[in-house]
Amino acid sequence: MLPFIIKRIGQSFLVLLITGVIAFSMFRFVGDPIENMLGQERTAEDVERLRGQLGLDQPVPIQYVKYLAEAIQGNFGVSYRQGREVSEIILERAPATLELAAVSATFAVVLGIALGVFTAIRRDGFLANFIMSASLIGVSLPTFLIGILLIYLFSVELNWLPSFGRGEVVDLGWWTTGLLTESGLKALILPAITLGLYQMTLIMRLVRSEMLEVLRQDYIRFARARGLSDKTINFRHALKNTMVPVITIIGLQLGAIIAFAIITETVFQWPGLGLLFINAIQFVDVPVMAAYLMMISVMFVVINLVVDILYALVDPRLRASST
Amino acid sequence: MKKVTGLLAVTALLSSTAIVNAETLRWARAGDALTLDPHSQNEGPSHTMRHQMYEPLMIRDTTGAFEPALATDWAPSADDPNVWVFNLRQGVKFHDGADMTAEDVVFSYERAKQPTSDMKELINSIVEVRAVDDYTIEIVTDGPNPILPANLTDLMIMDKDWTEANNTVNVQDFEGGEITYATTNTNGTGAYKLVSREPDVKTVMTRNDDYWGIDQFPMDITEIIYTPIQNPATRVAAMLSGEVNFLQDMPVQDLARVNDSDGLVVKTAPQNRVIFFGMNQGADDLEADNVDGANPLADVRVRKAMSMAINRDAIQQVVMRGQSQPAGMIAPPFVNGWTAEMDAESATDVEGAKALMAEAGYGEGFSIRLDCPNDRYINDEAICQAAVGMLGQIGVTVNLDAIPKAQHFPKITDGATDFYMLGWGVPTYDSEYIFNFLVHGREDDIGTWNGTGFDNDDLDAKIISLASNTDLEARNGDIADIWRVVQDEQLYIPIHHQVLNWGMSESLGIDVDPEDQPMVKYFSTN
Repeated sequence: MLPFIIKRIGQSFLVLLITGVIAFSMFRFVGDPIENMLGQERTAEDVERLRGQLGLDQPVPIQYVKYLAEAIQGNFGVSYRQGREVSEIILERAPATLELAAVSATFAVVLGIALGVFTAIRRDGFLANFIMSASLIGVSLPTFLIGILLIYLFSVELNWLPSFGRGEVVDLGWWTTGLLTESGLKALILPAITLGLYQMTLIMRLVRSEMLEVLRQDYIRFARARGLSDKTINFRHALKNTMVPVITIIGLQLGAIIAFAIITETVFQWPGLGLLFINAIQFVDVPVMAAYLMMISVMFVVINLVVDILYALVDPRLRASST
Repeated sequence: MKKVTGLLAVTALLSSTAIVNAETLRWARAGDALTLDPHSQNEGPSHTMRHQMYEPLMIRDTTGAFEPALATDWAPSADDPNVWVFNLRQGVKFHDGADMTAEDVVFSYERAKQPTSDMKELINSIVEVRAVDDYTIEIVTDGPNPILPANLTDLMIMDKDWTEANNTVNVQDFEGGEITYATTNTNGTGAYKLVSREPDVKTVMTRNDDYWGIDQFPMDITEIIYTPIQNPATRVAAMLSGEVNFLQDMPVQDLARVNDSDGLVVKTAPQNRVIFFGMNQGADDLEADNVDGANPLADVRVRKAMSMAINRDAIQQVVMRGQSQPAGMIAPPFVNGWTAEMDAESATDVEGAKALMAEAGYGEGFSIRLDCPNDRYINDEAICQAAVGMLGQIGVTVNLDAIPKAQHFPKITDGATDFYMLGWGVPTYDSEYIFNFLVHGREDDIGTWNGTGFDNDDLDAKIISLASNTDLEARNGDIADIWRVVQDEQLYIPIHHQVLNWGMSESLGIDVDPEDQPMVKYFSTN
């Protein structure tokens, strides 16, 4: 078991290094940060001075190595746009994104499983068919369009919910939360639906097909023959066996929700990490872009590592072949 | 039925009173201020934010004319042409209650000259600022400087004691990631006081009831809540839903939508920014064209023909939906040196242009690459696309390369483009500023944005002499002469003056500022 884990961790580090190299070599194509940092009155001397100060006059590989050396010590540099420590900005923005991700993941999981079970049990019902057709919207419409449509309906036309921002937040010192105020909760609804809709329809469709599969199994038939109630069969026996692959998908999708909150956050002006990243791209704020990309790749690598290890624990065959 | 109508009337009444009492300005625009330190970051949104809380010696009103702020009047000294004398306003207090005196002005100007200051270029002609008495200062420049006040309108005055007490005398080292007391706290003399600020999220200000000008200005707004909203559609939705009652950076395609909504109105004014194309006439051969061994743009007839091929009215109507003013010169109106006659020198004449092309030996045309930003000016890429079609009519095949501004502008300053779009604003309201950056031959610290390769030593000498010519009449004569050369040489192809649109609740009385710099103390409610 131990050699397997060590090998996986080693691979993870390799993936991180490669992501870093790709990210760093792409920054050159985003543009020249100096352009945004100095006004139109700048002189050639100012440009040279700033370039030297930021180390942008050095070749990209050297910049990368220097960056890594600093990053390992927890120093991610200074944002070109805000003039503050990147680590400080990321810590400040993380609660907004994590809260949004948690709420939309809960929404996606709860509603996804409930609707999935419902459409599987009432396979031919009118409502179930309607839900199945409607769920195509969730899969096919791009996130920004869903966001704009929700804003149009609930903010502009009905005036029920705010169209942007996070509302009033309560500062707990190490964490800011919008869950404790009315305006904060109201502000969460539309972004959470927008962000979670795709995952919800995905989970729903997965649960439905898995459930249909399970309901055809022999043991369900025997259960019926024994005269067990529908409720017991559906929820105690069938659902349990449906959940195994679903849980794997949920785990992986959680990472995707955090990473791809970018579009939702831009549409709703949600002050989280995704919006920070978009701002950074437009301003060519290299330290922020680098830190964000590294953070997201660490997150995915860790999730995959955990999943791999769990698989190995669950399935002895994987362990055997790897040692 | 009666009951229902009564109910409707009551709700209508309720909602209308809600609008009338809109003393809170809920203000949104695309970006946020980068810092609150008055002498860091010489940049639009940062200045706008600071102007609510801090004040310079004088400001510009919405027509571009000077208006006294902390100075009541100013004039060049009668004894020494290198000295300006400013009389300061008496009885002005900072937000913490301290008196504003000459000592604070001297201190603030010295602070603005520090190496980390972003304002130092604006005042690099200043040698010394000295206090004559508590309410008079003299500014000594390195030579006669007839337009000195034009450079002072964004130079905020801080309280010396407050700044020293809070250990924030040094301007923040922005690139070094320094956070100082002054980057997050303010103590100005302005009409509004800072309540709270979360960068990129929300800034709240409240009215300064001890403001010196509280009886002179409307100052009907008691609270300001400023939120940057980046996505244009969300910005407009926030206005339509009533969450925001004052909006800058209005997307052109939504103007009608907002204007047609109940209780909302869009106000428009020409902006201090002109959009134009530059052409590299200086090179012997161009890289971005298909003509070998020659530079078609070096021939003034080709440059004239290209300008004549551009149908500015069509761009105004189709691309800009009416939201622009066709331009014939690269100076915004209200800049000293601008004339209506020169701004009209832009007639479209495709046949004449073809004849000129033939005369220049390019009757068959040529092809060239046009470099264009796609995220800097209003509809920048669409304007370039329109120009591609128009230039095609006279045989100039244009390959458009539209890229983000962060990649586009280095091409101009590095001389890596032969045909490019550029926009220019004139913060000093004087033509000298345009000449220094766009007409003077390119050197290290002058002509930095002149990507045309145009370099005329006589003209350069004339441009340099403008800086110290105190005979304003002769100076204006020189400015007119320089413009004549720029026009005759067709140094640039002017396209249009951008127009500013501000969306607001009908209950707000706001005049659009050509610098896109609202000052809330002028806002009234009715």
